[in-house]
Amino acid sequence: MNNILEVKNLSTSFFTHAGEIKAVRDISFNVGAGEAIGIVGESGSGKSVTALSIMNLLPYPGRIIRGSVCFAGTELTNLKERKMQLVRGNEMGMIFQDPMTSLNPVYTVGNQIMEPLIRHQKLNRGEARNKAIEMLSLVGIPGPENRLNLYPHEFSGGMRQRVMIAMALCCKPKLLIADEPTTALDVTIQAQIIELLKDLEVNINTSIILITHDLGVVAELCNRVIVMYAGSVAEKGTTRDVFYNPRHPYTWGLLKSIPNANAEQKERLIPIDGQPPDLMHTPAGCPFCPRCAYAMQICAEDQPPLYRLGEQHRAACWLLHPSAPRVERGR
Amino acid sequence: MVSFIKTFYGVQFRMLSYIIKRLATSLVTIWMVVTITFLLMHTIPGGPFTREKALPLAVLKNIEARYNLNDPLWKQYTDYIQNLARGDLGPSFKYQGVTVNQIIAESFPISAQLGLASLFIMLFVGLPAGIISALRQTKWQDHLAMTLATVGVAVPNFVVATLLMYIVGVKLGWLPTARWLSWQSVIMPSIALAGYYTAYVARLTRSSMLEVLQQDYIRTARAKGLPERVVVYKHALKNALIPIITYLGPILAGILTGSFVIEKIFAIPGLGEHFVASIGNRDYTVILGVTVFYATLLVAVNLIVDILYCFIDPRIRLGK
Repeated sequence: MNNILEVKNLSTSFFTHAGEIKAVRDISFNVGAGEAIGIVGESGSGKSVTALSIMNLLPYPGRIIRGSVCFAGTELTNLKERKMQLVRGNEMGMIFQDPMTSLNPVYTVGNQIMEPLIRHQKLNRGEARNKAIEMLSLVGIPGPENRLNLYPHEFSGGMRQRVMIAMALCCKPKLLIADEPTTALDVTIQAQIIELLKDLEVNINTSIILITHDLGVVAELCNRVIVMYAGSVAEKGTTRDVFYNPRHPYTWGLLKSIPNANAEQKERLIPIDGQPPDLMHTPAGCPFCPRCAYAMQICAEDQPPLYRLGEQHRAACWLLHPSAPRVERGR
Repeated sequence: MVSFIKTFYGVQFRMLSYIIKRLATSLVTIWMVVTITFLLMHTIPGGPFTREKALPLAVLKNIEARYNLNDPLWKQYTDYIQNLARGDLGPSFKYQGVTVNQIIAESFPISAQLGLASLFIMLFVGLPAGIISALRQTKWQDHLAMTLATVGVAVPNFVVATLLMYIVGVKLGWLPTARWLSWQSVIMPSIALAGYYTAYVARLTRSSMLEVLQQDYIRTARAKGLPERVVVYKHALKNALIPIITYLGPILAGILTGSFVIEKIFAIPGLGEHFVASIGNRDYTVILGVTVFYATLLVAVNLIVDILYCFIDPRIRLGK
């Protein structure tokens, strides 16, 4: 499988008055053509910053300080803004967490969908209009001809997210980055949106990076998963690897904290105790060490390497060192 | 397409019924302004023909009879309302043989020129200054514009007027210090009048723009690969204008009333000057006439601003 996106040793920091916040620290991953990968982790683990780094849309004072992002053979980290504009919205689409605020309230939905079509595909207004109607019906909005003239406030949240998806996909991008696309939606709408993304992945043949903290969504949609913690990769592998054979104590904790639909009534959710580390003063050792039930001396002193556990499967934990004690995954 | 036309006419119809409703309430507002002004005016001691050297009683009686001032107050009031309904604001008591309509027709165009010039300065200096400082936030352009704006908001217009007169008019001799003689006469008064509002609009635009540029939909616009120019002037500006338009009504009112002071300082024969003079003269019909005229103007301007509002913000629904 040839890779559409290769991220190598990417590090992104925010340079604030209080100091440098290392939001993303040395992460690497690939996305194959037509593949869907999930990036999971709790709030502040660097998922969204990774996405914005790829799009080159980091808000001030954020900056990529190291590493490379290679998209379809082009290095993006040092691309001129003008060239980058030709990639964004055209070859690479993005949808955001909150559909209620992600559409411009003073322009019609049609106007906003037509913008990238006119800009990137050089369509005239009539063609762009037809294409926008086609996209709206593709994302499951009934009566698209009339909806085109409505404003975002006349749509429900789920409908607006569909509009966002139509907008991101209208130029048939090679890669779609979905940054928590279902977080702000009702559970029933979440399922519909995931279903829609699944269909579109096949129909439009686009690769997807799905950023979420919802492991269920990942299991549903993704071939591979990256588990991020405190700006770096804790574990990555195929969805099967990570869900059935997790090797990092953080992944164990994440999986234990999922509510179980078949659970007995008294079963309680098990949270991971403690807080993620302060990214302004990153720890010398493993960032998960203070919260880890299996922490050893070395965990506080040295950062664990990413151990190779299978063809795709990697985890960064000293427990995987050959001379480490063998521990059982806690139940 | 059919349903589009239907919605379009629906909007038009709603707009029309809204305007009619607003016009009806405006009439009530103006009527109240007239009544209150009428009563207040008659409670002020003295009258239009009070002189330092008192007129002989018989003469005074004669003049008062001539202008129906010896009628009971209610009669004067109903007469005035009837004439007003016909658009007749009556004769001036002070200036012989001149009607209030003539005074307004003669002096309002001058005030209007002054007001429009100020409005022009406010929009074409204030708005761009605000946009530039927002885009160049914390850079020297921002610091310069905001320092000037703070000074502009803090210094009252009569101080600006006097300073301009002294420096530009007297010392440098570039512009006429007073009167309304050529196009050059417009410059200093309109700068003095617009100063505060230009500064205010610049600050408002800056903060509004900065807030809008933080919004999620701006990130969406960038994620679509739109050039910064389109992001700023299409996606951000229209949203940033909403709070400025809200403030446009009070600004216009301020420019109208501010012109009283400025016209007085620069000896401009505008309507404001007449208004101020008429109060001192107890020129009843002029006081009432000019008040009614200003009230009508303000009500109309506010109605226009409110209609403008719906064109810029589709979330606002009229008449509900």
